Amino acid sequence: MDLSAINNETNKVYGKSKLLFDKVMHFCPGCSHGTIHKLIAETVEELGIQEHTIGVSPVGCAVLAYDYIDIDWQEAAHGRAPALATATKRLLPDKYVFTYQGDGDLASIGTGEIIHACNRGENITVIFVNNAIYGMTGGQMAPTTLDGMKTSTTPAGRSHITSGFPMKIADMLALLPGVAYVTRQSVDTPAAVRKAKKAMIKAFKSQELKRGTSFIEFVATCPSGWKMTPVEANRWMRENMFQTFPPGDIKDLI
Amino acid sequence: MSEKILMKGNEAIATAAVRCGCDGYFGYPITPQSEILETLVEFNPETTNGMVVLQAESETAAINMLYGGAACGKRVMTSSSSPGISLMTEGISYIAGAELPCIIVNVMRGGPGLGTIQPGQADYFQTVKGGGHGDYRVIALAPASVQEMNDFVELGFELAFKYRNPVMIITDGVIGQMMEKVELSPVRPRLSEAEIAQYYGDWATTGKPPHRNRNVVTSLDLDPCKQEQFNIKLQTKYRTMEQTETRYEAYMCHDAEYLLVAYGLSARVCQKAVELARNAGLKVGLIRPITLFPYPYEAIERMLPQIKGILAVEMSAGQMVEDVSIAVKGKAPIYFHGRTGGMLPSPEDVFKLVEHIACGTFDQAGVAGINKLLIR
Repeated sequence: MDLSAINNETNKVYGKSKLLFDKVMHFCPGCSHGTIHKLIAETVEELGIQEHTIGVSPVGCAVLAYDYIDIDWQEAAHGRAPALATATKRLLPDKYVFTYQGDGDLASIGTGEIIHACNRGENITVIFVNNAIYGMTGGQMAPTTLDGMKTSTTPAGRSHITSGFPMKIADMLALLPGVAYVTRQSVDTPAAVRKAKKAMIKAFKSQELKRGTSFIEFVATCPSGWKMTPVEANRWMRENMFQTFPPGDIKDLI
Repeated sequence: MSEKILMKGNEAIATAAVRCGCDGYFGYPITPQSEILETLVEFNPETTNGMVVLQAESETAAINMLYGGAACGKRVMTSSSSPGISLMTEGISYIAGAELPCIIVNVMRGGPGLGTIQPGQADYFQTVKGGGHGDYRVIALAPASVQEMNDFVELGFELAFKYRNPVMIITDGVIGQMMEKVELSPVRPRLSEAEIAQYYGDWATTGKPPHRNRNVVTSLDLDPCKQEQFNIKLQTKYRTMEQTETRYEAYMCHDAEYLLVAYGLSARVCQKAVELARNAGLKVGLIRPITLFPYPYEAIERMLPQIKGILAVEMSAGQMVEDVSIAVKGKAPIYFHGRTGGMLPSPEDVFKLVEHIACGTFDQAGVAGINKLLIR
C-alpha cells in the first residue's frame, strides 16, 4: 500500500501546532513544561487569536517560552509577571494576555503581585506550573515542596516545623471575589492533557467575558530536580503531589 | 494665548502627563509625592482620553506595570520618593536592559532608610551611577521650578522614545510641594493603536500580526558573546546621549571668579546667593546641571581658566560634587556645602561660604551642615 495515500492532509487528525517553532525544546525528558507549551500554542491557534495574544514569560526553566511559541512575548522579572500583564491588559483591553509562572515565581517571590492582580480581578489568564521545586537553579525547596520532600536545601526532607507547609496558593486565590475560574490540571496522561486543553481554552475565552482572572494550576513533574526517571516522576506525582494538590476545578464562575 | 495656572510641582507633573498624551500611570502612595497619583485620579482621564491611572499594590508592582505598559509601545509613567525608588530599582534595571521608554519621577526625601519625609537630594548616586544591577544608565532630568516639572514630562517622553531608554525626573520635596505659575503644555492626543504599530511595530508587543515576526521584549541573553555585544550597543547609546543630550544653565558666569554648582532646589538657593554676592561686589556665577546624566562636565571645565574656587551645594553629604571633581581634574579648589536630613541650604549661608573661600578662611565660616574642601 502506498503510504502517501494515507499520509495526507485529508486524513490528518492531529499535528504539531503551527504556532510551535520547529525547534528542539531545552526541557529535560519527562518535564511537563513542553506539553504545557504545546497546549498554549494549540489553544491560541484554535481560538484564532495569535494576532491578539501577548504572553508574559517567567524566570526559571520556562524563561525561553518565547523561543518556542510564535506570539508576542514580554519577559518578566522573577515573580512580577502579573504586574506586567495587568498594565498590558489595561492598556490593550481587547487583547488576550496570559502569564506563565512556576511555583517559586508565583507562590514565593511573586505572592504580592499574583494576589493583588487576582484581587483586582484582572482579565488575564494565569498559567501556574507547580512542580514543587526550583528546577532551573538546581532543585531547591519551593513554597509548594511537600512535607518531608528532599530538595537541595532540605536534604533531610522539608520540615513544616522549620520551613512551613506546602502552600496551596490556588485554593487561596479562589477565595478572592475577583477570580472567576480556578482549576488544577496535570499533563501526565493523554486523557489529562485533553482535559487540561479544555480548561485552557475555557480560561482564555473567559477573558472575552471580562469576568475576572482565570487561573490554571498544572501539577507538574521535574524528573531532574526530583532525581527520578520520567516514568517514576509521573508515578510519584500521582501518588504524592495529588494528595496535597488534587486535580479538579476549585472555582468556576464562568 | 497660553494658559497659566498656579499649581504645585507634583500637580504640574500630573497635569503635563495627561496633556502630553501619556497612556498610563502606575504608582504607589509615598510622601512627598502622593499628589501626583491623587491629581491624576481626580482628572479621571480614563473617561476623557482613555489614559489608565492605577494605584499599584507596591512600588515593585508599579515599576513592573510600567515595564509591561512600556513593552506595548505605550507612553507610561510612575512616580515615587526615595525609599520607593529603591524598591523600583530592580524594575528600572530590567526596563533599561529591555530598552524600553518610560518616565520615572523621584521626588526625593532625606535618607538613608526611612529617613525623613522632608526634602533631600541624596539619591544622586542611585540615579546617575546605577542604582540597580548591571551596566545601565537612565537619562536624569533635574527640574528647578514648577514650570520645569511641567516641561520635563513632555521632554522626558521625547527622550525616552528617541533612545528607548528610561528617563528619570529627579526632583525634591520642595519643588514637588511648592506653588508657582505654570504655562501648560499644549494638549496632544494619545497615539492610536495604528500609530503605535507604525512607529514601534519592530519592538512593541501588541499581538503578532501575520506580516511581521513576533516581538519579544527581554533583557536576557544566555550567550555571553551576544550579551557582550548588546552591552556594547547600550554603552554606544549612552555615549550618544552624552554627546547630544547634555543640558545645563549658566547664570552670571561670563566674568565669574567663583563658581557655584548645584541642581534642583539647591540651584534656586544658589541663584539667590549669586545675587547677594554680586551686590557685595563678588564675581560669582552658577552652573545648574539640568541633565544629571549626561552630566555637563564640559560646561564646568570651560570655566576653569577664570575660576579661583568652586563651591558645590547639595542637599546631601556630597554626591554630585564627585562629578564636579571629574570635570575639574584638580585644576581648581573644590569646596562642598551640604545640608541633609531634610534641612535646606540658605542663600545667606552659601554667600557667607563664598566670601570665606575668597578670603581663604573656608573652615572658619561657621555655617551649619557638612562643609568640606575636596581638592585644594
